[in-house]
Amino acid sequence: MGKPMLEVKHLKTKYVTRFHEDVYAVDDVSLVVEEGKSLGIAGESGCGKSTLALSLMGYYFAPLHYISGDIIVDGKNISGMNPDDVRKTVLGSDVAYIPQAAMNALNPTQKIIRFIEDVFQAHGIKMTKKEIYDMARERFAELGLPEEVLQKHAVELSGGMKQRTVIAISTILSPKVLIADEPSSALDVTSQKMVIRMMRQLMEKGYIKSMIFITHELPLLYNVTDDIMVMYAGQIVEWGTAKEMVFDPIHPYAKGLMGSIIVPEEGMKTHALTALKGTPPNLKNPPKGCRFADRCPYAVPTCQALAPEPKEFEEHRMYRCLMSVRKLREVYENGTRPEFETEFD
Amino acid sequence: MAQDQNSKQNLTEKKPCLSGRGVTKVFGIGKQAMTAVDHVDFDFNEGEIISIVGESGSGKTTLSKMLLGLISVTEGTIEYQGKPRDISSAAKKKEYWKNIQPIFQDPFSSYNIFYKIDAVLDDCLRMRGKGNASEEEKIALKTEACSFVNLKYAELTNKYPFELSGGQMQRLMIARIFLLKPKILMADEPTSMIDACSRATILDMLLKLRDEINMTVIFITHDIGLAYYISDKVYIMEHGKFVESGTAEECIIHPKSPYTKRLISDVPKIYEKWDLDTVVNE
Amino acid sequence: MKNTIKQVFHSGKFVVGFVIFITILLTCIIYPLFVKDDPLAMLGQGNFFKPGTYVSQEEVALEKSYTLKLPREFSKLEMVLDMDTRSQIQQFLIKYAEIPEADIDVTNAEGLVQLWKANYDPDVKYSGMTSAKRKSFRRLNNEIIAAQRDTGVIIAEEGEDGLEKSKTIKDTDFVNTKDVQTRTFILGTDNFGRDVLTELVAATKSSLKIGLIAGLVATAIGLVLGLLAGYMGGIVDNLITFVTNLFTVIPSFVILILISYSVGDKARGIMVVAVIIGITSWPWTTRSVRSQVISLRNRDHVNLSKLSGHSMFRIIFTDILPYIASYVVMAMILQISSGILAEAQLSMIGLGPATTTTATLGLMMQWAMTYSAHLNGSWWAYFPVVVIIALISFSLNLMNTGLDQVFNPQLRD
Repeated sequence: MGKPMLEVKHLKTKYVTRFHEDVYAVDDVSLVVEEGKSLGIAGESGCGKSTLALSLMGYYFAPLHYISGDIIVDGKNISGMNPDDVRKTVLGSDVAYIPQAAMNALNPTQKIIRFIEDVFQAHGIKMTKKEIYDMARERFAELGLPEEVLQKHAVELSGGMKQRTVIAISTILSPKVLIADEPSSALDVTSQKMVIRMMRQLMEKGYIKSMIFITHELPLLYNVTDDIMVMYAGQIVEWGTAKEMVFDPIHPYAKGLMGSIIVPEEGMKTHALTALKGTPPNLKNPPKGCRFADRCPYAVPTCQALAPEPKEFEEHRMYRCLMSVRKLREVYENGTRPEFETEFD
Repeated sequence: MAQDQNSKQNLTEKKPCLSGRGVTKVFGIGKQAMTAVDHVDFDFNEGEIISIVGESGSGKTTLSKMLLGLISVTEGTIEYQGKPRDISSAAKKKEYWKNIQPIFQDPFSSYNIFYKIDAVLDDCLRMRGKGNASEEEKIALKTEACSFVNLKYAELTNKYPFELSGGQMQRLMIARIFLLKPKILMADEPTSMIDACSRATILDMLLKLRDEINMTVIFITHDIGLAYYISDKVYIMEHGKFVESGTAEECIIHPKSPYTKRLISDVPKIYEKWDLDTVVNE
Repeated sequence: MKNTIKQVFHSGKFVVGFVIFITILLTCIIYPLFVKDDPLAMLGQGNFFKPGTYVSQEEVALEKSYTLKLPREFSKLEMVLDMDTRSQIQQFLIKYAEIPEADIDVTNAEGLVQLWKANYDPDVKYSGMTSAKRKSFRRLNNEIIAAQRDTGVIIAEEGEDGLEKSKTIKDTDFVNTKDVQTRTFILGTDNFGRDVLTELVAATKSSLKIGLIAGLVATAIGLVLGLLAGYMGGIVDNLITFVTNLFTVIPSFVILILISYSVGDKARGIMVVAVIIGITSWPWTTRSVRSQVISLRNRDHVNLSKLSGHSMFRIIFTDILPYIASYVVMAMILQISSGILAEAQLSMIGLGPATTTTATLGLMMQWAMTYSAHLNGSWWAYFPVVVIIALISFSLNLMNTGLDQVFNPQLRD
């Protein structure tokens, strides 16, 4: 077991809408990412995965608010810290964050090298321009980016190249955790592959110690991360290794999600896709019982009333359902719902 | 199930429903001219799902708009059921649009948010010439259409489009198609803006449209996996040209063109190993 | 819809602007109900009365007057003759009139003055007196004469043999203010003696009317042209854009002046000026509506509507107009505000509504300027007008910004 790089305990955050309503988008989330490991977060739009990404940085600004829980980055608890201190001491050096539209963050009037100089300046690292340039050149070469990019303006680069440049810039200080929120979704498949390859290089060469990768594209997640975590309505519903999650999901929602994967591979044409009915619950006032109960094909009346707690199984796996693993497997095999409420295990 | 349908159709002679010869679209003039679609030939057969696959900027949406008759064709001819398409006047356009209807990419912008859902469905009835039908008949037709897409008409009548989820909105668009029963459905990335879980429902409904009312579905997508799953025929488009066409098996499992090969190698896989190291330079 | 209105009133800026504007509007409506005077009635005679309370002279003259019984020491004569003066008179009488000191009673002012009058002759050059002393005695004499005079005003009426004296109002006469009407001019009067406050309310009302009509005209023209240009595109778009650019390039104020001038003095009523302002300020609305429509034209629901076989006009009315309605309302608010300003500018240079029946804010400014209110310090003639113009413009712009925050997704927080 490696050293935990990012540890989150019972994190709860909310954001406030324009009508001053609270939306609890991250509700009691706990997770651990060990050194050298990557964790993928999957879920539908609106399930709180992007809010989780923002919350994990510890950098809170309106309309996002911290409620409770701990965020521990390499032994340092950053939850409840002053946002300004977080920005100065944590972001960039300990935690780096890449949003989907990161490539649009580059000021078109500046050369790329200027942004890198900025990063060093903002973190109070005293280095001459020459030293910074040499270091950036070396890092870019390692990551397969041409050196000329440093002297170019953002507008001269293609979308995929811009995104890769931004990733290289934001990891220049070798952060402990990289949080990537849909970093390749706005790109075409070829650029996406380049971005993914670069992220893998970052991990392999130790420029980042651990990574959290958020996307709704499951095949991508399967290929990128070691572990996958499925989020539903602000909560984690299942956690396991990528292989286990894709081929042997236990939670009914994860099962539905994995059943909707489409890849251009032989046999896919006859593959039966699963479809889930209904829409996710409104997080302004989440349901009392299991949050998935309304859409779950196997739900029984108790599910509406009783909120399940996360349960561990098979050593490191975790799921959040009232039914036992054995019962769930049985149900999947027979394709029927349990008849009596007492039949949870 | 999809393959059964395929083999059944292979036995009967397939009639081309929509075909094009040398179809070209050039935007702008002089030095600024940009060729979006470059002399493409195609034959879309009746009762098939045809996918047009291409990356952004390949001209697939431009082609779809030309086929819909929303923008003019710079060069070439489009034939509908063997005869050249005539959309020279407003009346002829109206007549043509009875045979071809779209589903657009973004369900949120496909509705006029100032009108209730009922207005959308009533409009379809008017187009089918049932505008003067009795109230009961209208409701029966609308209920039938909604149940085709697993929606409950009674729950929808008084709602505004924005009260529905993306998936529901897109299903309602299919209900609209079901009411109109055009010969051809132009589905322009109908699943790219909705969640994976709702995606399967939409795809199944498109298959149902093909199987139950023998509709020709032109499915435009950038997702090669989707194209493989749903289509009978696939056209791969690059820079305004079709680089490869054929059945889904031919095109995607055994691709010949280097572009298709690259496209497929760039898509993440699950059952096979995804080879990250061979990257064709941008 | 309900939600949108709720949102609009959640915006602080909008609420502040709205409150200011509604206050001004309500004042314009309610004030005339209480003050029924003609706003242009010349109540005072003469220029620029300061803010304050005034009593009519004419009424006073016709009113019964009372003679005030004052204690002796408050009579005018007593006031003139202080102790110093009395001793001077005494010395004079002793020296030049040779009256024994015992005969002179200094405490009796009447007696002293009688003696003085009998003995002092201003034309005589008394010897042994400095010229300054001589002058001061002459002044004293005048003061005494003035203090003894009690006739103030003689009122005469026309009789059979010319004017006949009908009433004498003595200096010592007073009227009771309860018997005569007084007038309070909170903001004073203007050069013609018209009550500035009443005039200002009437002027605000007509200026708002001008702004509203100008805004409606400009928005209507701009909206129609913008919709046509944006939706139809092609040659129609090119043509309309060309004309719009033409109007944008030529300063609209110059066109405004030329049209106003050529319409002629007599025809320039409030309505005409408003319409003239309206038809010179549409290009801005056209341009912005056009760009909005162009971005809407390619929206899927418009395409869908087209494919459903709807006519162009139906698509414009049902699928495009509702989407830009909020934007058009915002543009109109700005047009109203600029219409009011344009009227003020026009009137300042004498091309505003030529009317003797109503005032406008611009005309009030012009009158104040023509009669040099700014030179003789009569601030009340123009400053309130400036404040009202600024407040209207400020409140309308504030409302616009507030609406913008609600309707423009880019500014939403």
